[in-house]
Amino acid sequence: MSASGALRQTGGSAGGGNHDPGSDGPTRRVRRRDPVTWVQRGGLSSLLFALPLLIIFGVFSWWPIVRSVVMSFQKTNLVADPTWVGWKNFEFVLTDPDLPTAILNTLYFALLALVFGYPIPLVTAVLMSSVRRRKGLFSVLAYLPVVVPPVVAVLLWKFFYDGAADGVFNTILSYVGLGPYAWLSSPSLAMPSLVLEATWAAAGGTVIIYLAALLSVPDELYDAAEVDGAGIWRRVWHVSMPQLRGVLLITFILQIIGTVQVFLEPYLFTGGGPANATLTVLLMIYDYAFGRSLGGNYGAATALSVLLATFLAILSLLYFKLTSGWSKS
Amino acid sequence: MTGQHSSEGKRTTMTVTDPTGRRDTGPVVAGARRRPSGAGAPAGAARVARTARKRKKSQFEGGRGYVSEKDWRNPRIRATMTTLHAVLLGLLLLVGIGPILLLAKYAITPTQDIIRTPLAIFPNGVRLENISEAWNDVQISKYFLNTIWLAAGSWFVQMLVATTGGYVLSVLRPAWGKVVNGLVIATLFVPSVVLLVPLYLTILDPPVVGQSLINNFLAVWLPSGASAFNVVLMTRFFDGLPREVFEAARVDGASNFRLFWSVVLPMSKPILGVVSVFATIASWKDFLWPMLVLKDPGMQPLSVRLPAIASQTDLGVFLAALAISTLIPIVFFIAFQRLFLSGAGLGGAVKG
Repeated sequence: MSASGALRQTGGSAGGGNHDPGSDGPTRRVRRRDPVTWVQRGGLSSLLFALPLLIIFGVFSWWPIVRSVVMSFQKTNLVADPTWVGWKNFEFVLTDPDLPTAILNTLYFALLALVFGYPIPLVTAVLMSSVRRRKGLFSVLAYLPVVVPPVVAVLLWKFFYDGAADGVFNTILSYVGLGPYAWLSSPSLAMPSLVLEATWAAAGGTVIIYLAALLSVPDELYDAAEVDGAGIWRRVWHVSMPQLRGVLLITFILQIIGTVQVFLEPYLFTGGGPANATLTVLLMIYDYAFGRSLGGNYGAATALSVLLATFLAILSLLYFKLTSGWSKS
Repeated sequence: MTGQHSSEGKRTTMTVTDPTGRRDTGPVVAGARRRPSGAGAPAGAARVARTARKRKKSQFEGGRGYVSEKDWRNPRIRATMTTLHAVLLGLLLLVGIGPILLLAKYAITPTQDIIRTPLAIFPNGVRLENISEAWNDVQISKYFLNTIWLAAGSWFVQMLVATTGGYVLSVLRPAWGKVVNGLVIATLFVPSVVLLVPLYLTILDPPVVGQSLINNFLAVWLPSGASAFNVVLMTRFFDGLPREVFEAARVDGASNFRLFWSVVLPMSKPILGVVSVFATIASWKDFLWPMLVLKDPGMQPLSVRLPAIASQTDLGVFLAALAISTLIPIVFFIAFQRLFLSGAGLGGAVKG
């Protein structure tokens, strides 16, 4: 009985996955009204196995997500019960004089991150893919900065960016007769400085993604192109690049989604300064909720984060619309 | 191969729902997922594992690439490519290792020299005391331990949730599994910033426990387990395991637990490795969340402590502290290169 019960259970479970061709037939009976049968067929142990996931996700993911939407319509403080305030939080956030600055700064960061961080890894990966020996060494070198803990990277670069004439970067640039620059304390240079560090810290990951994609391009395509008389450059442009299209789009969207949520760099490098030049949306959310001067305005913080999430959701939706036609790469 | 076909269809949907998850990036997962069509009928667990491993090894040794053997025999092309590669190597050395080497140098340089001549090579000798002062006086040792402790706990919670969850969703497949799966995947689309405030309030007043979890490692450990990314990776790997083995185990009378512990987990070593690396690294990197919930400096990890001590610490000692904090991740990376690099593309979504 136990063996046949177990078999039936597998049959039923495989029915969902089509791994077993025979399982779509009459074996796929769902007869769970009787709790004893349910337990015998492994229903209880399924539930037990799902328990860690259900509890952890329930308490620390699903519920907070719902709560975030609820809280954006409430006034919450830690003492009294929350009260409904309708759209007040959104009004407050949208009329905050700092918001336009923060949005523009965030978009500026995202744009600069694309300008720095999009072509460089691609060129690097294309070159790397043609390396014949010690490709591993190249990839290790490219990936090394990604391994450095982000906080350490920011603090180290903060030291490099020292605005004095004998700061590290200023010393290097003085060899070629440039500088000294104020870097982080200059309103115009602060943001590019943050992006430069962020690119250094993240580009290696993108290189590896591109490299893996390039190396999975079928050789026959190159062979065919070569037979047709395509030179190296045209093989890269007309064979490799189209094959990379899917990956390029994915990294593009992911990078925007990532950079729009930038927090660590502005928080640790400049704290939003100088003169709000590096104030980003996430920094605003943080300040609403946990900042020293404001702080405790949980309603405003959640309202702004819900707005940001909506924007990102629209972005990824757009991305799926765009890719659904040619997701097969 | 009808089974293969339908799982193919499923994978496409997965790609749509989870842009980073595998596809062109994670050869480990891919190794199990799309076995080369020439392999014929699946021949058991060992084969899956072996295929996965083989792909990992050859990960960066693709085929001919866009430069053919014929091109390589052409002296002009050969010279150009070699020059380009040399330049690339030089730049990678400069950009990839340069800053890290500088940091290593500063760790043993007297502060005065660091400030006055940041690029000179030890003009006035080395000062090894930087390191011992950082380790002892600045109490880096304690924060170091906190970091390790946080990483270990997060690793455990993430593994527990991902393996058991993946097992339910992929192998046991109860009727309600699809709903749970959908809910898990849905969280991939919610940027982590949305969670920040409500999660913080949850930690302040968690259900059942009855007391605040602020200044409790659990406040970092437990939420880290809610990583949809891990669950998706795990589920998809389990999906690729041959079902015949499970059925054979069931015929032999294996219970669900036995199947999980003695069949599924041992067959899943590659993905367990990948998720472990992700979990540890993500925890090592995390900054904002531990800063919010661990307010007691004595409990904070390095990532939170380092910015806080920056201003009151002697520069040389501080840079030594930075160097110490970098050492473990780099050693880890060098030791488990292949795991890191094969999983590199998947990293983006770990902690959105």
